[in-house]
Amino acid sequence: MHIEEKLTPETFPAEPEKATLEGKNKFLGFWFFLGGETVLFASLFATYLALKDSVAGGPTSEELFKMPLVFVATMLLLTSSLTSVYAMYHMKNFDFKKMQLWLGVTVLLGAAFLALEIYEFNEYVHEGFKFSTSAFSSAFYTLVGTHGAHVTFGLLWILTLMIRNAKRGLNLYNAPKFYVASLYWHFIDVVWVFIFTVVYLMGMVG
Amino acid sequence: MSTLARKKGVGAVIWDYLTTVDHKKIAILYLIAGGIFFLLGGLEALVIRIQLAVPNNDFISAGFYNEVLTMHGTTMIFLAAMPLVFAMMNAVVPIQIGARDVAFPFLNALGFWLFFFGGVFLNLSWFLGGAPDAGWTSYASLSLASPTHGIDFYVLGLQISGLGTLIGGINFLVTIINMRAPGMTYMRMPMFTWATFVTSALILFAFPPLTVGLIFMMMDRLFGGNFFDPALGGNTIIWEHLFWIFGHPEVYILVLPAFGIFSEIFATFSRKRLFGYSSMVFATVLIGFLGFMVWAHHMFTVGLGPIANAIFAVATMAIAVPTGVKIFNWLFTMWGGNIRFTTPMMYAVAFIPSFVIGGVTGVMNATAAADYQYHDSYFVVAHFHYVIVGGVVFALLAGAHYWWPKMFGKMLDEKLGKVTFWLFFIGFHLTFFIQHFLGLMGMPRRVFTFLPGQGFETGNLISTVGAFFMAAATVVLLANVVITTVKGKRVGADPWGDGRTLEWAVSSPAPEYNFAQIPLVRGLDAYWIEKMEGKKGLTPAEPLGDIHMPNPSFLPFVISLGLFIAALGFLYNQDYAWGKWVGIVGLLVTLGAMFLRSVIDDHGFHIHKEEIMEAEKKGAGA
Repeated sequence: MHIEEKLTPETFPAEPEKATLEGKNKFLGFWFFLGGETVLFASLFATYLALKDSVAGGPTSEELFKMPLVFVATMLLLTSSLTSVYAMYHMKNFDFKKMQLWLGVTVLLGAAFLALEIYEFNEYVHEGFKFSTSAFSSAFYTLVGTHGAHVTFGLLWILTLMIRNAKRGLNLYNAPKFYVASLYWHFIDVVWVFIFTVVYLMGMVG
Repeated sequence: MSTLARKKGVGAVIWDYLTTVDHKKIAILYLIAGGIFFLLGGLEALVIRIQLAVPNNDFISAGFYNEVLTMHGTTMIFLAAMPLVFAMMNAVVPIQIGARDVAFPFLNALGFWLFFFGGVFLNLSWFLGGAPDAGWTSYASLSLASPTHGIDFYVLGLQISGLGTLIGGINFLVTIINMRAPGMTYMRMPMFTWATFVTSALILFAFPPLTVGLIFMMMDRLFGGNFFDPALGGNTIIWEHLFWIFGHPEVYILVLPAFGIFSEIFATFSRKRLFGYSSMVFATVLIGFLGFMVWAHHMFTVGLGPIANAIFAVATMAIAVPTGVKIFNWLFTMWGGNIRFTTPMMYAVAFIPSFVIGGVTGVMNATAAADYQYHDSYFVVAHFHYVIVGGVVFALLAGAHYWWPKMFGKMLDEKLGKVTFWLFFIGFHLTFFIQHFLGLMGMPRRVFTFLPGQGFETGNLISTVGAFFMAAATVVLLANVVITTVKGKRVGADPWGDGRTLEWAVSSPAPEYNFAQIPLVRGLDAYWIEKMEGKKGLTPAEPLGDIHMPNPSFLPFVISLGLFIAALGFLYNQDYAWGKWVGIVGLLVTLGAMFLRSVIDDHGFHIHKEEIMEAEKKGAGA
């Protein structure tokens, strides 16, 4: 199918993200990129596990982490992953307005998650747990902070796509863009599941 | 919109190359930039060899020696070998698979400019207070103690150029999977394309650990982190693991394309199909796979324990098996072939014994118990130069001679090419063979001088003489390039006359759209098949029509420049108040350019059928 074709709900393909060669390339390339990202986070996790007990007299994970805050943040992010699935569902049905709506909800949830994370980091710093306090603190802030940076980038990305395409609706040029942005968002969510388990749960149980 | 066959001024040509997204022009950019860094790294090698020519030499100081040896290794691996490999891949792979371009032309340009600015940034250190001085491996306990900004240049420069490499890797993976011409099945892909494919996968999984290691090093040195500082609970061994999880696959990232280049050359100049094609593919994939399981053989003396050492020793020795399969396949390709000793073929033939020596010493090093003797001695230096120079540099020189007509439309002079070969071949063995014995006699690596009366004098002098042979070879090569560019005659599509793969079916250099009609591939060595059936050209898989092309863009340059500025700012973060702000401005430039890329639609343009027909007529006449 041609990339600049005008489409209706009837002619819109079932898999708009892969209907053009550009879309296919983007789809595959992005999966490879996520493969690289997986190795990146694996390296960060490995380092964190190696250094998590090296507190150098500073606060330990048991003293710092509070379940309610992290639980709420986790729920927000997990829900945002679900809402982005809804958005993609509507994209495939060529329902641009509903897609934008659910992407909007996704962004709001993501922003709320980010706000909680900033609040959390701020609390820790006030409790004397700074980036340079110990090897544990450096590893913690780098791992969780890298995830936070990914969330920030994802939010800016999805917002840019929403605003850029607000007036012209869906076509085969921007459908792959929305699709890979949502893939990215899922990836962020999966990484957080591991952070929640490895950093917070293991950190609280000791 | 088309820029076909239009005479352009110097300014327009420069602008063309700054904004190009054409894989063939990007190949030339990689070749030029990588070539310049290769000369720079070569000069650094000469300085090292002059310093070591005689005992107690004071040609350079100990501190400066550390900088030169660090920059020699770093430059040669990251800024010379890698981009030159990318030059070959960009020049050849899309054409070999019958594609009009790579999957992501924009990202291809971005990858180049990131590498380029990273390399320039690293070399700025010479002028801004001193180069990195902790070796190309930059072990954390050394580099954290380094007083100048050199290590920071290393960390930030490699971060930027590494990003470019990663992008390039993803690009080639997608290109090879999605862009192959009809009939070009995986098991019909030329060996160089296969090597590029596996190499790209290695890049994808090997570079992120380096990225993470460099992030940690940056945090520790510039932002108060404690990853590697034992005083606050850090662990210096983490760097070694991350570095070698990257660093060992890196060896295969370099050498697999070299194997690919030689596979093409052996088949072409033996005028015979590559022996054992499917076992070649299998061996390539297996080497790539095993390449990730052996990193700790660089760390045998760290004290990981006998079990870890034993496992990594066995895994390392296992790699000799698929490599041996390849060596025999090349020998059997020549067996009974109608061999032509052209310059590329001479490199290929010389490569086999040279690389086998490197492989044999590799197995010696892999013997963990014996490695305690070899470690940190000139034996290791000799070993990896046999692999990297005898394998990779030979391949790059061979590939440059082989594909030069395809890239530039003119043949390099064969006589001068053979002079280059003999000078380089003799110089290489003169320099490094003796270093095995220097190492076994106890000469440690990375020490700036040695004392008289320990038996090292003759060996070191021979080694230095050899280095000058290689320098002379390089001068002859440069002269050859100049003479060819000025005086060389234009050549046709298949200047060697024995081309087997698709790149030899299109004019030299290839038109910007590569194929007027995408070819139908009917088997391995697609062009050879057509020739054997008496046909002049390829069988087309589509009617002649308009061709869709990507638009050029200046944004890859700007994105990379932004990161360059950001790195400069953050480097001075702790010295000056402006450091942080310059860093933020640089990041904003990068993000702004990415934003523009996202919001400005880029649908490319079409070259019309009539223009193509005209261009093809001219191409056929040349």
